[in-house]
Amino acid sequence: MNSRKITTQISKAADFLNVKKWDYGASFSNDFSVQVDKGEAKQLKATQKQVITIRVWNESNLVGITTTSDISESGIKKALNQANLASDFGNKNEGTEFSPLAKDPIKLKEVKISNPVGIKKLLTLLREAEVKLIKSHESIKSVPYNGLSESFFERVYANSDGAFRSYSKSQAVLYLYARAEEEDKKPRSSGSIKLGYGVDDIDIEACIKEASNKTISHLNYSPIKTDKYLICFSPESFLTIINAFSSMFNARSILDGVSLSKKNSIGEKLSTEALNIYDDGLHEKNISSSPFDGEGTPTKRLCLINKGKIENFIHSESTARIFKTNPTGHAGLGSKVSVSPDWIVVEKSKENYDLKTSLDHSNYQGEFVYIEELNAIHAGVRASQGSFSLPFDGWLYKNGTKISIEAATVAGDIKYLLKNIVNIESNQEVTPSGISPHIWVDELSITGDA
Amino acid sequence: MLSSQIKSNGIEFGSCNKDLLEEIIFYGIGLGADFVEIFIENIDNASVLAEEDYITSVSPSFGKGAGIRIFKDKRDGFVSTNDLSKHGLMRSVSQAIEMLDITDKNKREVFNGLNKHKDYSLSKKTWIDEVPSIHEISEKLLVSTKSLKKNNKIITRKGSYSRNLQEVIIASSDGTYVSDIRLHQTVGLNVIASDAQYRSNGSRRFGSSGIPNEFRSWDHEKAANDVFESSMNMLYADYVDAGQMPVVLANKFGGVIFHEACGHLLETTQIERGTTPFENKLNKKIAHESVTAIDEGISEGSFGSLTVDDEGMEPEKTVLIKDGILKKFISDRAGELRTGHKRTGSGRRQNYSFAAASRMRNTYIAKGEYSKEDLINSISDGLYCKSMGGGSVGATGQFNFAVEEGYLIKNGKLTSPVKGATLIGEAKEVMPKISMCGNDLELAPGFCGSISGSVNVTVGQPHIKVDSITVGGR
Repeated sequence: MNSRKITTQISKAADFLNVKKWDYGASFSNDFSVQVDKGEAKQLKATQKQVITIRVWNESNLVGITTTSDISESGIKKALNQANLASDFGNKNEGTEFSPLAKDPIKLKEVKISNPVGIKKLLTLLREAEVKLIKSHESIKSVPYNGLSESFFERVYANSDGAFRSYSKSQAVLYLYARAEEEDKKPRSSGSIKLGYGVDDIDIEACIKEASNKTISHLNYSPIKTDKYLICFSPESFLTIINAFSSMFNARSILDGVSLSKKNSIGEKLSTEALNIYDDGLHEKNISSSPFDGEGTPTKRLCLINKGKIENFIHSESTARIFKTNPTGHAGLGSKVSVSPDWIVVEKSKENYDLKTSLDHSNYQGEFVYIEELNAIHAGVRASQGSFSLPFDGWLYKNGTKISIEAATVAGDIKYLLKNIVNIESNQEVTPSGISPHIWVDELSITGDA
Repeated sequence: MLSSQIKSNGIEFGSCNKDLLEEIIFYGIGLGADFVEIFIENIDNASVLAEEDYITSVSPSFGKGAGIRIFKDKRDGFVSTNDLSKHGLMRSVSQAIEMLDITDKNKREVFNGLNKHKDYSLSKKTWIDEVPSIHEISEKLLVSTKSLKKNNKIITRKGSYSRNLQEVIIASSDGTYVSDIRLHQTVGLNVIASDAQYRSNGSRRFGSSGIPNEFRSWDHEKAANDVFESSMNMLYADYVDAGQMPVVLANKFGGVIFHEACGHLLETTQIERGTTPFENKLNKKIAHESVTAIDEGISEGSFGSLTVDDEGMEPEKTVLIKDGILKKFISDRAGELRTGHKRTGSGRRQNYSFAAASRMRNTYIAKGEYSKEDLINSISDGLYCKSMGGGSVGATGQFNFAVEEGYLIKNGKLTSPVKGATLIGEAKEVMPKISMCGNDLELAPGFCGSISGSVNVTVGQPHIKVDSITVGGR
């Protein structure tokens, strides 16, 4: 069933139930994925899925919601009816309206929608990749976590005020996590993930090489002494930290009292003047971009930190109304509308005179810890308190040589971390979750086993 | 009633679907499959959120779907769909057959039809009418969040409830034909306390399966007191100093470490991947002799209990470790096929869009002979982990867990609260160091995310002492 037809069906059912005001969001997807184990197909998977979320406003303008996978005529009627019943329990303290921008023009990126290559080709490509990765080094014994998938989906937003938006896209993902084993040593593991609009866009060779190099680089390891260290965050790990504490820029979190920021924190200095952070869901390198959010608001580039100071918060319709500003295109669609960032871009501002530019991860000769990847984010981050304690993969650099760190955690406070940025390297790197250069931070606590 | 009218020529919940299911299975076997499994579900869920003194979210959802799995040799193809019509299900079978590239249609397995229908849902059909209404839930949640308002340091108060009602039909070419209804309810409270630059969190979650009235008997006052106390105790806590030290882990949710760090390594999916150090350790010592560990799906009302697993098998009580010796792995159909370990009634999945995998149910360390005080008294300088947060286990078995509420132990006594602690280690190194188990086994509900999605589980243990573990801090 196409999205226009569903919209018409919802409209008719709403008329029948005397529901005057409604909106809905839907996604329709087909996913195909494969996993392999030592040359054999392990699991082959195809998923057809449809999810529709309908909101209705009752006569008191309270909102009710229902989500269903049943898009038959009776399913849609039932969903509208349930949402109508749920509206009796709508939030009386904070109302929701249609986004005032739900009919504004949206910027659709010109991207090709790939055709499905099919399970057989996915399997062949992944088998070959697994073999190449295992052959790349004698210590690599297996690739226990691997997968190649392609997805095709359509997202829709429409409301009773005549707003209608939809877009379709395709996406492919390859991940390879290798396991290396050497006698009398602990197994070591690392990997790589690559995204593309289709399988043909994915640089499989680069994924193999990266997974191999990263895994091998951890073969010689040593425990690290518990102490405070100069830290260099890889682009990926710095973006992980920023995303984990994105409640600092999140108007919903501020209103809920779970953010470190307050309503009046715009302009607050968080970091060196050399730091700029944007949220840029439409960035050309963002494979997962969406031109509108759950409320139909167009996605756009937004400056979050400008020269070290908070410049903007991200908003839904209701938080924007409370903050007397416009929605920013970061809303979900739910009974309580969530707000979340799209794609973070970190860069060095022009005000970068206070940076220690001699700190360059490729040639710095002093002692520092390089954090390649942070793990267990859900467990080790206390966003409402600002603290973190996270295991990581990385190396200890000393006198130009490096050794992998056996097992360690880095702990600290996000405000302390941002204030203690001592260098922002010039080159930005593209990762699946955003863009960032290497970032240097002084004096963070590392707990190790030595 | 849960039963929904689905396309007349497709699956209908509440009706006999035997002929249609047999036709689909015959179709798959006829195309050359070794084994065909059909999992069909119909869900009716609801969740409610109370913040401060308002209901801020009521989210009902319903839907249906099917997951079809075909085995050929040791490979499996899995297709899921929302289309429960005969045509939709047949198409899914064809797709799975095609994915597996099955061409040898002469080598046919025998399918003798489905067994007599085992309907585990008969006594459960009234559950949907017995669970509390949204109105009743809202009222109680608001009373709960109100009772969290005990002083002006509490700046955020939340109460949440969710109910998942899942009706399933499972049929497969070994004759399995069962139906069941599962009900899971969970309720949680959490607060944030703040005073100047100090902040702390407090949270507790409760959950049950198969007890429609459970929410009504939930003691929200006790829960609120517990959450409030925890947040106040931790508000002015200092950061813990990092290092190696002995720790005592509290009962209930303290068992999350065993679940994550050891339990997952005893699932046959880990043997298949070659990522468990315990693969060749059956009947060998892998833990201190004081440790006996169990995974079962039969404790009445526990969050991880099942009447029948997602592959149609009744769950068993599986003794994983007995007096330190590894006795058994947790296995599902694919695990049995690929590793030889017999199924344990542990084939589980989040919903129809996941293939079942070997997953834990109610997993706990059995009680020992000591009191909590015996354990604490035995330590001169260490850490008491009263409440654990979440954690994770890396690809090489390294685990990391946050301690939500911790206290220093000095000369056998609990002293000051400390925050920011994480426990770091590896199961095969830590298990032999669990030297004392208390006599106060208790279970706690949780959600476990893994290969087949998020499933309801129970973790548990008595108080236990670990002789030495790395504590991360500042």
